[in-house]
Amino acid sequence: MSEELYKEMAQSIIDGDSDIAIELAKKSIELKMHPLETITKGFVIGVNYIGDQFGAGEAFLPELVMAGEAMKAAVAVLEPELLKLGEAREMMGKVVLATVEGDIHEIGKTLVGTMLSASGFEVVDLGVDQPADKIIGKALEINADIIGMSALLTTTMVRQREVIEELDKEGLRPRIKVMVGGAPITRDWVTKIKADGYSEDAIGAVKIAKELVGKADQ
Amino acid sequence: MQPKLLLLEEEMIIRILDEAYQLLLKPGIKVNNEEARDLLALAGAKVDSETNIVQIPEQIVHKALESTPREFHLYDYEGNPTVRYGGDAVHFDPGSSGITMLNPETLEHDTTETPHLIKLLKVAEQLPQYDAQSTAVVCHDVPQTIQDSYRLYLSLIYSRKPIVTGAFTNKTVTEMIDMLAILAGGHAASREKPRAIFDVCPAPPLIWSNFGAGNLIALARAGVPAEIVSVPLSGAAAPVTMLGTVTQHAAECLAGITIHQLAHAGSPIVWGGAAAIFDMRKGATPMGAVETAMLDCSYAQVAKYIGMPTHTYLGATDSKLVDAQAGLESGISAMIGALSGINMISGSGMLDFLSCHSAEKLVIDAEGISMAKRMLGGVQLHTETLATGFYDHNINFKGGDFLKQKITMQLFRKEQHLPSDVIDRASMRDWKKAGSLDTFERAKVMVTNLLASYKRPEIDPAKLTALHVFMLDLARKAGVESLPLIEDFQPA
Repeated sequence: MSEELYKEMAQSIIDGDSDIAIELAKKSIELKMHPLETITKGFVIGVNYIGDQFGAGEAFLPELVMAGEAMKAAVAVLEPELLKLGEAREMMGKVVLATVEGDIHEIGKTLVGTMLSASGFEVVDLGVDQPADKIIGKALEINADIIGMSALLTTTMVRQREVIEELDKEGLRPRIKVMVGGAPITRDWVTKIKADGYSEDAIGAVKIAKELVGKADQ
Repeated sequence: MQPKLLLLEEEMIIRILDEAYQLLLKPGIKVNNEEARDLLALAGAKVDSETNIVQIPEQIVHKALESTPREFHLYDYEGNPTVRYGGDAVHFDPGSSGITMLNPETLEHDTTETPHLIKLLKVAEQLPQYDAQSTAVVCHDVPQTIQDSYRLYLSLIYSRKPIVTGAFTNKTVTEMIDMLAILAGGHAASREKPRAIFDVCPAPPLIWSNFGAGNLIALARAGVPAEIVSVPLSGAAAPVTMLGTVTQHAAECLAGITIHQLAHAGSPIVWGGAAAIFDMRKGATPMGAVETAMLDCSYAQVAKYIGMPTHTYLGATDSKLVDAQAGLESGISAMIGALSGINMISGSGMLDFLSCHSAEKLVIDAEGISMAKRMLGGVQLHTETLATGFYDHNINFKGGDFLKQKITMQLFRKEQHLPSDVIDRASMRDWKKAGSLDTFERAKVMVTNLLASYKRPEIDPAKLTALHVFMLDLARKAGVESLPLIEDFQPA
């Protein structure tokens, strides 16, 4: 019975259907299924599948985003149940995301946010055009593990270095790890500005984030 | 609304047909096949038995046009009608009858043998852009007298798609018709659901050769579709003007249709060709020239005016390599062919004036075809409102807002063609990481993958054996004891 339901849950994520994902999450509560198992044996399977398909060029951005959205919707239903049980879904870590000051491009960054949330990270997405002090201030406020910064322009990517330098000055690293991304970002740049990690797409970003919080195997 | 390219006003089409009918009387058509001359004479045409020139009056042609089917289909091995000749349906198939193939490693044009044709069949079989196969290259490792039937034999073994083919003699056309009947389960079945169409060429200017006319008659009587491939060359074997060339093309087609319908009224036949301009510097017949495509678009308009199914030769290049010239000539001419609503467009994969084939070019051309077909799909209305319905309460004025909409997931595949890996849309970084490959190198990778993923279609073993026995018999009559060994086909 629950096996069948797990499959349907995974499928709802693969289909990117938030309504069905929510319905199935509610059904699992009625059936008194364990919410954590519902997430890990049901919904997560779907997210992982779409992630793999995307990596293989078989799935496309809308499918990836919709799967992430459906995952978020299902988890939102199950989280209160976890709290009631005195358990919480093990949080992978807390992430502050932002597009750096002077840059208003955010489609990639938003995708990273969606995929990180779907993978169990708590994500605060500050949006675009964010100065260093705002990013660092929010990271301190929520006790973030990771700051993720995106920049699409070669003229704004230098801002990533400013944030890192500021963090170093304040002695906040390595407590807070820094991930960077964006079209012009290369491995050389990452080494140069001493960032902790970078990825070329949202799926890779999840992998890097897990590594940075020491949970690469989850 | 299917987007359309039109080069001729209706008034001009009427003039073209009028002058074409005049050409049928003066200078007339040279018909070098006795049976065809007899058929025409019997119908009322005036035959000069010394010169073989026949004057064909308009009313005989009209009668022939009346009995010609406006539409018919080609069927795949399973009997599904996958190619429609008629209306503005557009299909593509690889070019035929190449004699060399581009060696992707040495870049030499190798003389083609059995493995070359098999490679092309395997690649084209897996590319959905090709609705039909063609007997793409001549296999020089079998005797000349069976080279045409042998190509069809291999195509029938390695493909389930319809086949655009052709015979090299009046004897072999009958043999090839028999081969098709073996796979179809008899001649009646083959007639009812034809698997293949045969290209038949008049010789410019205004000649139906013994062989061409003989083929028309044999195909008409067998009820197997024929495709006229009239090849006027503007400025050499046809008038230098486009309108003159299209008029001569019309006269050759009208004469062919008349011979064909007199042999058997109602048999399917196509208004087709490989018209080209004549290059005045090199004396060549450029298939990639824009004027060549314009001739084809024009004669297709003439055909459609009188309700005939259409064919042409586009999507090829005169370049010797799969390079920038190949890309632009093939892509642009495929687009023109598609926008002309031509039912079967042959030529993809071909280089060097239709003499050289390339599997790599086939996979690149497939993307050009996808672009052309996407264009044909036009700009569609998918939603009740054009835009306002997209801006619901979830709109946050963020760039990614629309990626989160269910309708985006539902419609993006309809709105966008998703290209294969041959088309590079990676970031500079990703492109470098993947080896900094150019189009040709990416195509080589794709060909390797397609060859690895190919599976021979499941064909009734009894039919396969019968086909093999038939081919072996033809080979023995041609003086060889066996056929070239084929790696993955060992008939009982």
